[in-house]
Amino acid sequence: MQLTGAEITIRCLQEEGVEYVFGYPGGAVLNIYDELFKQDKVKHVLVRHEQGAVHAADGYSRSSHKVGVALVTSGPGVTNAVTGIATAYMDSIPMVVITGQVPTHAIGQDAFQECDTVGITRPCVKHNFLVKDVHELATTIKKAFYLAATGRPGPVLVDIPKDVTQASCEFAYPKTISLRSYNPVTKGHAGQIKKAVQLLLDAKRPMIYTGGGVILNNASAQLTRLVRLLGFPCTNTLMGLGAFPGTDPQFTGMPGMHGTYETNMAMQHCDVLFAVGARFDDRVIGDPKHFYRADRKIIHIDIDPSSISKRVKVDVPIVGYVADVLDEMLKLIESSPQRPDSAALKSWWAQIKEWQRKDCLKYDRASKLIKPQFVIEKLYELTKGDAFITSDVGQHQMWAAQYYKFDKPRRWINSGGLGTMGFGLPAAMGVQMVNPDATVACVTGEASIQMCIQELSTCKQYHLPIKIVNLNNRYMGMVRQWQEFFYGNRYAESYMDALPDFVKLAEAYGHVGMKIEKPGDVEGALREAFAQKERLVFLDFITDQTENVFPMVPGGKGLTEMILAEEL
Amino acid sequence: MRHILSILVENEAGALSRISGLFSARGYNIESLTVAPTEDATMSRMTIVTVGSDDVIEQITKQLNKLVEVVKVVDLTEGNHIERELMLVKVRAAGKDRDEMKRLADIFRGRILDVTDKSYTIELTGTGSKLDAFLTAIEPGVILETVRTGASGIGRGERILRV
Repeated sequence: MQLTGAEITIRCLQEEGVEYVFGYPGGAVLNIYDELFKQDKVKHVLVRHEQGAVHAADGYSRSSHKVGVALVTSGPGVTNAVTGIATAYMDSIPMVVITGQVPTHAIGQDAFQECDTVGITRPCVKHNFLVKDVHELATTIKKAFYLAATGRPGPVLVDIPKDVTQASCEFAYPKTISLRSYNPVTKGHAGQIKKAVQLLLDAKRPMIYTGGGVILNNASAQLTRLVRLLGFPCTNTLMGLGAFPGTDPQFTGMPGMHGTYETNMAMQHCDVLFAVGARFDDRVIGDPKHFYRADRKIIHIDIDPSSISKRVKVDVPIVGYVADVLDEMLKLIESSPQRPDSAALKSWWAQIKEWQRKDCLKYDRASKLIKPQFVIEKLYELTKGDAFITSDVGQHQMWAAQYYKFDKPRRWINSGGLGTMGFGLPAAMGVQMVNPDATVACVTGEASIQMCIQELSTCKQYHLPIKIVNLNNRYMGMVRQWQEFFYGNRYAESYMDALPDFVKLAEAYGHVGMKIEKPGDVEGALREAFAQKERLVFLDFITDQTENVFPMVPGGKGLTEMILAEEL
Repeated sequence: MRHILSILVENEAGALSRISGLFSARGYNIESLTVAPTEDATMSRMTIVTVGSDDVIEQITKQLNKLVEVVKVVDLTEGNHIERELMLVKVRAAGKDRDEMKRLADIFRGRILDVTDKSYTIELTGTGSKLDAFLTAIEPGVILETVRTGASGIGRGERILRV
C-alpha cells in the first residue's frame, strides 16, 4: 500500500512502540501532525517551547530506559530545540528528534523558517539525517532508533522536508538494520577482564567509582552485587547516583567538585581505582595532573573507546557494555579461590571512617532561616527516598545530589554534562508521563525555574501533579558562591531582582502555590503538597541567601584541595 | 609528530563536514585533507595529514571511528607506506630563464603541461618535501601560481585498507 511520508513517519513511531511524542507544530510538520491527529496509538504532548519538548523526551527516556521522541518544526523550532539536544548528547540519552524542513526545492534558498538543521545540530547529535527521498524515510527512522539506543546512546535527528512528507511510496518497516560503518564493541575483552579481576583481588586500598554508564546500561544489579561481594567502598558520580544504593554503608557519597571529603580522599589515595561507565570529567577529578600524580592502578570499563585515556591514562581499559563486563567479572570473582585481602581492607575502611569523621555535609541546623539542605533532607524523609527527583542546575542541584539518598537507579534526573538551567520542570513532565502514579519532584531555584516556566501550562493541560521544590535564595546561587569565593564578593548580575510572586504565578497557571518562610513550616508544607495527589504544587521556600555548597574543589585545583564549611 | 590518517568513509553528503567539524571542534590540526570516491562508489577514501602527540593521535583515531559514517581508520605512519602529492605550478619562463626552468623541471621529473611564450605550467608529484624542494630551487620571483592536492597515501606491500 502506498503511504505518504507523513503517514510513514507515524507508522514508524507506532512500529517502534512509541507511546509519547513531545512536540510543537509548525508549517513544515503540518502533514505529520495531520497524521498524528488521525490515530491514537502515539500520543502527543504539546509543550509551550521546543526546548521543553526535548527536555521532556529526555526525562521520559532517563526514567524509563526507552528512546525519547521529540517532534518540532523547521527553523526556530529546531534552534529552540538545540539546547535540549545538546543536553541529551552530553549525558548520552537515547532520543530521536524529528524535525520538519522546508521543501527540498526550497532548501538553500533562505526560505521562510529555513535553517541548516543538519549543520546546526551536527556537533551535538550522535548522528543526523536529512531525508530527501520518501523511499528512504522508513529505513532512516529505523536507523535513527537503532543508533540512538545502541553502543553509547545519544540523540539522533531526522530532518524531513515538507514535500517528502507529502510524497508517497510503499511502506515496509525494516525489522533489523545493520550498518557496515557502525559496529560498537559491546563485549569486553576476556584477557582484560581477567587482568582487572586480578588487580581488584590484589588491591589493598580499592575504590569503585561509577558513572552514568551504569544507569544507562541498566547494570545497577550487577554493580551492587559486585560491590557487596568485594566489600569495597563505592562512589557514584552526579550522573550515576542511585546505581549503588545511597543508604548502603559501602557508599561513600558523590565524588568531585562538591563530593564528600571521604570520597575525594579515597579517590586520590586508593591503590586500585575501578571506574565503571564514568569518564573522569573535570568536575569529578579536578586538575587531571594532580589526579594522575597519585600512584595507583586504574581499571576503566566504558562502551565508548574514546572515553578511555581521554583525560587520564588508564592501566586496564575494557571496552564493552558495562552490564556484560560486570557479569563476566562476577563469574570470575565467584569462581576464584582468592578473596580480597581482608586485613588490608579493614585498615583501608578505618582510614575512610577517619575521613568520614570530618562530617563534611554538616550545616547549621539551628538556623532561624530555612537551610536549603534541610528542605532536601525533609523531602527525602517524607518521600521515603522513593521519589523521582529532577533538578535544574546550580546550588540546589548539588544539595539535592548530596542530601537525597538515591537507592534506585533512574530516580535522579539532572543535566550533568551540559548543565542546562531550565531542564528540571520539562524533564519532570516526561518522568511523570511515564510514571503517572509516582511522586515526581522538581528541585529547582528561582533563577533556573524561570528558564522554562512556561511549561507550567503544559503541566496543567496534561494533569501532571509535579511537586516543584523551589529553593529561593534570590540569587543565582552558584554564581554568587563563586563570586564570594573568587571575585571578592563582587556579585555581578547574580541577584535575581524583580522576582514574580511564585504563589500567584502558580495559581495563574491553575496550580497550587505555597510560600514557606520558616524552618518550622517546611515539613508541614511538604506534607500538605504531597497530600494533593492530583495537583501540581509550587513550593516556594525562602531560604538562607548566604548558604554555600560544601565541600568545594575550586576549578583547576586538585581533588583533595577541598574547601570545607568549617574552614571559612 | 606528523601522521597520515587514511579513512574509509561512506560516500554520503555531509560526511566531509562531520570529519572536518570534528577536527575544529576538538582543536586538532589538519595540515592537508584529500578525498575522492574509491573503486566502490559508495565509499570515499580520505587522507588527512595531521600533527600531534601520540595521545592526541590516539584520540583523533578514536573520535573518527566514533563517527557513524566512518568505516575504517588507519594511521599509515605506523608502518611502511608510500606518500604522494601532486602540484601544479605556473612559472614565468621567458628569455634565458626558459631553458633553465625546463632543465629544473626535468631534474625533479616534472612534466610541462602547458606552454605560453612567457610561462610554463609544470606538474610535479612526490612527497611533500620534494615539492617544497622544487619551490625552493626556483627563484621565488618566477612563481606565478601554485596549487597542491595535499598528500595521498597507501601502505606498502601486503598492507591493505578495505572493508
